[in-house]
Amino acid sequence: MRDASPAKTYALHIGVIALLFVLNFVLPDYHQGLFARIMALAVFAMGYNLLFGYVGLLSLGHAMFFSAGLYGAGLTVYHLGWGVPEAFLAGVACGALLALAVGLLALRTSGVAFMIVTMMFAQVFYLLILYFAAWTGGDQGLVIQQAARVVSIGGASLDLTNPTVRYMSALALFSVVLLITLAIVRSRFGRVLVAIRENEERTKMLGYDTVANKLAAVVASGAICAASGAAYALLFGYVGSSFAGVQYSILPLLWVLLGGAATTLGPLVGTLFMYYVTDITSGFTSAYLLIVGVALILLVLFFPKGILGSIRERWLRWLP
Amino acid sequence: MPGRAEGGASRIRSRVMHFGPHLLLAALEGLVTSAVLALTALGLSLVFGVMRVVNVAHGEFFMLGAVLAWAISTAISGHPAIGFVAALVIAPLLVGLIALIAERLVLRRLNYNPEGTIVATIGMLYIIQQLALTFYGPEARPVEPPFSYRILLPWFGYSGYKLSVVAASAILLLITWLVLTRTKIGLIMRATQYDRETAQAFGIPVERVYAGVFAVGAMLAAIGAVLIVPISQAHYLMGQDPLLLSFIVVIIGGLGSLRGTVVAAVLIGLSDGIISMFFSPTLAKIIATLVVAMVLVFRPQGLFGTTPR
Repeated sequence: MRDASPAKTYALHIGVIALLFVLNFVLPDYHQGLFARIMALAVFAMGYNLLFGYVGLLSLGHAMFFSAGLYGAGLTVYHLGWGVPEAFLAGVACGALLALAVGLLALRTSGVAFMIVTMMFAQVFYLLILYFAAWTGGDQGLVIQQAARVVSIGGASLDLTNPTVRYMSALALFSVVLLITLAIVRSRFGRVLVAIRENEERTKMLGYDTVANKLAAVVASGAICAASGAAYALLFGYVGSSFAGVQYSILPLLWVLLGGAATTLGPLVGTLFMYYVTDITSGFTSAYLLIVGVALILLVLFFPKGILGSIRERWLRWLP
Repeated sequence: MPGRAEGGASRIRSRVMHFGPHLLLAALEGLVTSAVLALTALGLSLVFGVMRVVNVAHGEFFMLGAVLAWAISTAISGHPAIGFVAALVIAPLLVGLIALIAERLVLRRLNYNPEGTIVATIGMLYIIQQLALTFYGPEARPVEPPFSYRILLPWFGYSGYKLSVVAASAILLLITWLVLTRTKIGLIMRATQYDRETAQAFGIPVERVYAGVFAVGAMLAAIGAVLIVPISQAHYLMGQDPLLLSFIVVIIGGLGSLRGTVVAAVLIGLSDGIISMFFSPTLAKIIATLVVAMVLVFRPQGLFGTTPR
């Protein structure tokens, strides 16, 4: 089923990326900024989706990977004066290492225990940020100055505070991660992950090392989420402990559920949809969390497969 | 939790007080925390034990109990004791009713799927929290204690009300234990917990048992909150600490074990009171959370009870 239409699949993904590229020149300023933010956060959702959608591991602690990237990039720029590319890589490395450590411990559990353990590790991470407030700025956070957010490649210098540069940087990261997830999902490794989700015992019996595969998925997921966090810190210039709170572990779950778990484009659709619902409703109510709550319950009751999941089921069987 | 609210005051007092009385004060504060925690955690443990689902909104039922207690006690004029007793009766009943409606509308339709329930109760958490913020507001508000008798110890005076909270909690735990082990309702609950299908085959209305257990679990949290609200204050975010602490108690105490829950609650409450009096509360929380996570990683049977079925 999956290999039946590789051309269609690639055309769809390239088309989405091209559409986002064109939108940069069409969108009004406000929405251009919003889209940059949405693309950066959609990367977070894609990282979450890799673990939740494809491996079926429900983590309630992914905020720690996001904020590992956020702080890994933000603190190296702020305290050590690193350049943007080095800081970005430092953020991704922090997330991958943290994911490796957390994965080694948390994968000893499964199901409900896995959720609680990941939630607790994330809580520890959050409290550590508060505890080391002298370096992290605690709940006040740190603002990264504009001067530190300029990349110079060769002779040209790119100012990440410029809206178009910011939009294009977010799009570049989004496109790379989208194509990486697509490649992972279509690879042998991706199919083993789905097999683990469907029946772990049988996969093990077929001779696959399920623990090693799950660990690799946790690390990949953590690294992608950290890339999102690092990009967020560098593009928007703010690093704060609120990004490490429980709420930022639940938001990617919401985005993925809404867009469709185990679909490559679902995270983008979910993030886009939720961001705009929040943005529009915040015009006449401050009860933003109420909407999140109602959305979660309605989704899990009536659309457990999400938007793209339902579309795939009814019309487009080939959707990856 | 009371240990933290009193922490600052007692740290100042510590300059004049010696170590022994200081430790006694910390232990008393910890005991009050334990008493409320035992009730709250028992509610979570019952729901998890019988229904096999994790109720993430449990802390919000706790918060609702406190907020309703404030509303009821301010609506009733006269001696504070009248308002308090009214709150103690009405608030848990209202919370139980809300839990019953939530169970009926959401959890039953999900067929108690563990992961679906977690997502749905996260949704409930946000809804309840936001509604409390909208209708109750962001302020922390006190409820007057029913009586303000101080017991004079040789070193310091101690609130008689706090000690009565410990006594009330002990009585409620005893009643719960009697209901669970000595009555037909308890037998039905234990049968459902042991084997849902067989219980159903023997004519036990499993769905009604689930609804009842969910409501009772929420009510236990609400009672704990009404008891604590004259000591700490009612606030719309107050449900988060009890939720995490209850998780910890349930994990350490082992599932469905009332004795384990009480022992773990006393252990956690006392150490919380004592540690946060001598160390930074953030550091204490970091260590406690990490320790519990490790317990869960290396002894997961702590979560699912000791006897595998």
